[in-house]
Amino acid sequence: MSVQLTVAIMMTIAGAATPLLIAALGELVVEKSGVLNLGVEGMMLIGAVAGFAVAYSTGVPTLGAIAALIAGALVSSVFAFLTLSLMANQVATGLALTIFGTGVSALIGAPFVGITTSTLGPLFAFDNPLLRLLFGHSPLVYLGIALTIAVWWFLKHSRPGLILRAVGESDDAAHAIGYPVLRIRYLAVLFGGAMAGLAGCYYSLVLTPMWAERLTAGRGWIAIALVVFASWKPGRVLLGAYLFGLVITMELQAKAAGFNMFAPEFLAALPYLATVAVLAIISFAPQGGANAPACLAKPFRATA
Amino acid sequence: MTLRLELNGITKRFPGVIANENVSFAVAPGEIHALLGENGAGKSTLVKIIYGVQRADEGTIAFDGRKVEIASPHAARSLGIGMVFQHFSLFEAMTVLENIALGMDNPPPRRELEEKIRHVLNTYGLSLDPHRDVHTLSVGERQRIEIVRALIQNPKLLIMDEPTSVLTPQEVDRLFDTLRQLKAEGCSILYISHKLHEIKALCDTATVLRGGKVVATCDPAEETARSMAEMMIGGSLKDLSPKNDGVYGEERFAISNLSAPGEPPFGVSLKDVSFAIRSGEILGIAGVAGNGQNELISVLSGERTDGVSGVIRLDGSDLSKLGVGARRRAGLAALPEERNGHAAIGQMTLAENTLLSARGPKLLAGSGILRTGKAHDYARTVIEAFSVKATGPKAKAGSLSGGNLQKFVVGREIMTDPAVFIVSQPTWGVDAGAAGFIRQAMIDLAAKGAAILLVSQDLDELLELCDRLAVINAGKLSETMDVKTVSIEKIGLLMGGVHGEDDAAADAEMHRGKAA
Repeated sequence: MSVQLTVAIMMTIAGAATPLLIAALGELVVEKSGVLNLGVEGMMLIGAVAGFAVAYSTGVPTLGAIAALIAGALVSSVFAFLTLSLMANQVATGLALTIFGTGVSALIGAPFVGITTSTLGPLFAFDNPLLRLLFGHSPLVYLGIALTIAVWWFLKHSRPGLILRAVGESDDAAHAIGYPVLRIRYLAVLFGGAMAGLAGCYYSLVLTPMWAERLTAGRGWIAIALVVFASWKPGRVLLGAYLFGLVITMELQAKAAGFNMFAPEFLAALPYLATVAVLAIISFAPQGGANAPACLAKPFRATA
Repeated sequence: MTLRLELNGITKRFPGVIANENVSFAVAPGEIHALLGENGAGKSTLVKIIYGVQRADEGTIAFDGRKVEIASPHAARSLGIGMVFQHFSLFEAMTVLENIALGMDNPPPRRELEEKIRHVLNTYGLSLDPHRDVHTLSVGERQRIEIVRALIQNPKLLIMDEPTSVLTPQEVDRLFDTLRQLKAEGCSILYISHKLHEIKALCDTATVLRGGKVVATCDPAEETARSMAEMMIGGSLKDLSPKNDGVYGEERFAISNLSAPGEPPFGVSLKDVSFAIRSGEILGIAGVAGNGQNELISVLSGERTDGVSGVIRLDGSDLSKLGVGARRRAGLAALPEERNGHAAIGQMTLAENTLLSARGPKLLAGSGILRTGKAHDYARTVIEAFSVKATGPKAKAGSLSGGNLQKFVVGREIMTDPAVFIVSQPTWGVDAGAAGFIRQAMIDLAAKGAAILLVSQDLDELLELCDRLAVINAGKLSETMDVKTVSIEKIGLLMGGVHGEDDAAADAEMHRGKAA
């Protein structure tokens, strides 16, 4: 295998992994605060379409990425209001958010179908394959890795991170000591929404610089599974995201190489099958749930 | 001398109830002041007002002679008020160090904090490893975290809400030493409890609350436990009619080599539990919460059969493979600790709640059809026989007070005339009147020939009701002991994990304990 091809494959893995990584890190922070937002897919789609629309109209892809951040946070604020202030069921609201995001993104995106825009591509172009592998990615790839370290440090070593974990571990105890449980959860959900939005625009601004309905193709669900797979640890999210990136890339490469031992549909389904398998294995393992935030998906009502 | 804390005319109303009405009392520096009262007397609300979790509707608070507004726990802590909660406000999956840091407003960096913690531990002779995860600690150790968390901020007033309800007798003694040392340093302590002999041993003054009002202030040393209890309930205490001692029949309920895995994530597994109860006998199981009691109850009731090994015999026939319904039909009635949502369903009426467990024994259902009329009549019988305060069989279970609902569910089981009655914490959080009633009902049931298993953390209750006693610790059951001859020290040591196998070691430890 030529060096060129190897580098190309590795670049594809990073490309496939990055949106999963960013979305999953966002969801990890949300879940650590004790909230389960299953609307990642919907928020990613909203981010994707918002990013594309703004990048196309202004011609500046960076503005598109910023718009995706804001749009993701805005949609998640609806989720936060429903589940935190009105105490709606988090699972049902999250599913509704995904359906809502799918519909709204299709509606907003209708005029943009089939056109391309300038991309949020690599900052530098290199001919040398090694340099390209190190420095030739979209800035979002580096952001994903930096974000992993930042989230790890935040949760493990900063005081706000400690308080966030405490809220997810026992909302009643945190409230009794005097921490504003709902405010902390609101902020976590908004952060998760912003990250999902950003992850979404990776599809419309980097991978395929165009908009199509359901562009993210269920990757939001993989991101949610990743958080569980990684047992709520940022480092493992990084590992898992790149592992899934590898599986997705294998599918593309196999198709390109004319590999036809399995039906192409089977290969396309592989990442999703892997998701189901991971979730099944983890829920069977006796220690599987041990690291889950104890208050995950439990509504909080200040009793006293 | 300036008073440390002075409450004046504190009133707090909730929709439909007045939790505190015109409450006034004062605590001097270095005074241990008891706040006494039954459940629902307004102690917890009052304490939450002092700690800034809730605001009073009327009245004033003065601290060190200055009038203060305590708007939040943060404000309380900065005044110098520390609090040890009854239901610990701890985070199980985090370390001791992190838990202490979370309880402080401006914690110093990790290393400095650890040094401070070690200093507090040394000063008060407490032992605790700052790097352990909380879920690996015993209840006593968990309480020490709460205490260290409060002490590290050098409080002038320490509030302790029911601190001894989960401790072994030895741990209680150690806690009292710490509290007396604090008192000697000039720290005031507001001590909430309903254990009257502890208050007599520890406190300088007691304020008694009933129905949200201060009804008496007394010197505990000059009162008897009985006189204080009567102040609390506002009436005279009825004595239990005695058991018919030593009149036992055949062995009715026998467990041998029962083992079961713990409930995830942090449950305790049962290890080779064996015991037998005779007709007319009450066997008590003492132990600190979370040592396998819930597992034992759910394995005996038939709620859990997965991974369970061992034999459960009722009148000679093996129940261990049967489900909950079949066990009930065989004459085994089990009542779990949690009344809301486990023993009874709050949204359902009392009549409907009888169908949950008494449908087999009382024929309230047959051929797949519920006999609601019969259930209604049965609920009415229970309400009358157990003097449950409710509007009738159609009242929602959730609308009853804790004591009344407990009387109802105990009655629901006892009136099916079970051969074996298994009950956990029957008087937890129940007022003294209802508790006496429930205890009497259990004695009467035993007199009729039933075998009763009573799981409780209340040693006084166990000593009063039981014929024999065993202690559960880390899923293992000690040998059973005759209540008349057993020593509190021995029970305490067993609760703390010193097992019967090394009797010599236990004895040595006991003697040292007595000498110290």
